[in-house]
Amino acid sequence: MKLQEYRSKEILARHGVALLAGEPATSPQEARAAAERIGGPVVVKAQVLVGGRGKAGGVKLASSAAEAEVRAREILGLDIKGITVRTVLVAPAAEIAHEYYLGLILDRAARAITVIASAEGGIEIEETAKTNPEAILRLPLHPLIGLQDHEARRIAFFLGIPAELRKDFGTVMRGLYDAFVESDADLAEINPLVVTDDGQLLALDAKIVLDDSALPRHSDLEAMRDLNEEEPSEIAAREAGISFIKLDGTIGCMVNGAGLAMTTMDLVKLAGGEPANFLDIGGGAKADRVAAAFRIILDDPNVKAILVNIFGGITRGDEVARGIVEARAMLDREVPMVVRIVGTNAEEAKPILAEANLITADSLDDAAAKAVAAVAGAGA
Amino acid sequence: MSIFVNRDTRLLVQGITGREGEFHSTAMLEYGTSIVAGVTPGKGGQVALGGHVPVFDTVVDAVEQTGANASCIFVPAAFAPDAMLEASAAHIPLVICITEGVPGLDMLRVAHVLRSAGTRLIGPNCPGLTSVGEAKVGIIPGNIHAAGSVGLVSRSGTLTYEVVQAMTDAGIGQTTCVGIGGDPVVGTSFIDVIDAFNQDPETEAIVMIGEIGGDEEEKAAAFCAREVRKPMAGFIAGRTAPPGRRMGHAGAIISGGAGTAESKRTALEAAGIRVADSPSHIPQLLRDAGI
Repeated sequence: MKLQEYRSKEILARHGVALLAGEPATSPQEARAAAERIGGPVVVKAQVLVGGRGKAGGVKLASSAAEAEVRAREILGLDIKGITVRTVLVAPAAEIAHEYYLGLILDRAARAITVIASAEGGIEIEETAKTNPEAILRLPLHPLIGLQDHEARRIAFFLGIPAELRKDFGTVMRGLYDAFVESDADLAEINPLVVTDDGQLLALDAKIVLDDSALPRHSDLEAMRDLNEEEPSEIAAREAGISFIKLDGTIGCMVNGAGLAMTTMDLVKLAGGEPANFLDIGGGAKADRVAAAFRIILDDPNVKAILVNIFGGITRGDEVARGIVEARAMLDREVPMVVRIVGTNAEEAKPILAEANLITADSLDDAAAKAVAAVAGAGA
Repeated sequence: MSIFVNRDTRLLVQGITGREGEFHSTAMLEYGTSIVAGVTPGKGGQVALGGHVPVFDTVVDAVEQTGANASCIFVPAAFAPDAMLEASAAHIPLVICITEGVPGLDMLRVAHVLRSAGTRLIGPNCPGLTSVGEAKVGIIPGNIHAAGSVGLVSRSGTLTYEVVQAMTDAGIGQTTCVGIGGDPVVGTSFIDVIDAFNQDPETEAIVMIGEIGGDEEEKAAAFCAREVRKPMAGFIAGRTAPPGRRMGHAGAIISGGAGTAESKRTALEAAGIRVADSPSHIPQLLRDAGI
């Protein structure tokens, strides 16, 4: 789960990272009041979880509280890559002398939390990684003892932090590490970390991505979820225990298992169709979850056919078939449905599906071809 | 022959009295796996699976009294890290963790400790493994297999079953099928399994099933190009998956362009591994290689 900048900064501040926190605002009036409390020039920043907000006009300077209100009015309601801005962060403006990139990531290859640091911070960091990899330090930390002081010093020297700020850097590095570990993050980055004209070391922007598997033990962080940025169908899916990602195609997919779900989408594409979603219904495929999955898929008006692909395995195919027929009977909208059930009791499933006039398929390739044909038929 | 588990495997099941544990243990027993003990703290002294298997309070007790040499874990995610550590502390050399949803930071620590102790960990969030006709550990349906000479390794669950079924239907049997799990941090990698298959005299060909994310497939391809002379076939799921789930700048820097289906496919093909467009094409690729 990605956290908004102002939430990420809240967490970093709790761990002693010096930053210009500012205040979130959801209306131009609130933005003005926040700017008045802060005093002096401010930055008004769209709080969205997609990248490239600066280029989209989502970050603006304001020299007064009155101007902050105007800028907030421009930014609030702005569409940035499909997300409508509902919240802005009003933060003190800083005069930047130098910027750095500092990040921590759960590094699957190194099996460690790895520090990534560069003195060439800012939005061009990924370009730097390609053109000048020596300018980036990657330092995996020990999985049991974590960040050590000598490592924090090494990073400071690598970055060329001014001598008088090295101690402050140690505090930032320690705070970032503690925030990462205590919130069970997958990623925590400060970009940029800056030295200001008046010689302060400050985090100007921050991003934290939490490990979804660890959220059950962090109810305080779960409360920071921004539902505004999620598709309503994805919220409904999460509540039903279904893994779902909406796409732009016309063939709704319902599959058990993530790898098989991706494969089903790939084969729909190979057969000349476009998948409307990724949907992993999970183990067991119980009737109520099947019903919820159908509702979520059909909520998308683009869906012209549904492809159900269940590898029975331990689950009995005839039970899944009955669940599908029952769930379908309760739906408001009818679209052609291609059902492929294999594995345990697949033979017993066939008459149940045939009686309900569902299109059946033996192989996955065949199922994908039939779903594509069903969409072509519906369009004619 | 087979890898990791066989007729001599004496299996312990942690969480044997839970709903999942009991259900899948019954299926393992029916397959012919030798389950010698179960562990559920507080239920020591009971007998599980219709009187077949003694239950112990601790893994240490179970190992002392039954000589268990492998453990399969079905406990909930909140308790799974502790269960893996308990099995390793009791000197069990092979631990298979089926549990899904174990936090990543816990896994960094657990994987490090188990590796240091010389414990092989498979998973977590994996379907387990089956040495065909010898032992099934985990949740892969037993009836999809046929005995033969192809070793299979996969990051997925049901996609593994799909490929195994396609092979069996085409008359191509398997030695061992291993699901290594799809989490960011798992105990056993593609390379570990491929290396074992490469050294197993009965395994004549190897199938690897990957998916988008991480760079394990790319690394495995490099290993295969160097070390493996047995014919190989592969499949990569996720060509049409949305490129979302971007892990900030750090993720892009770490991955350096690896992780996409195209990158993985290119890496596999460069290593001489034939890559199928559909799981159903894998049997033909194996036939073409003389299997």
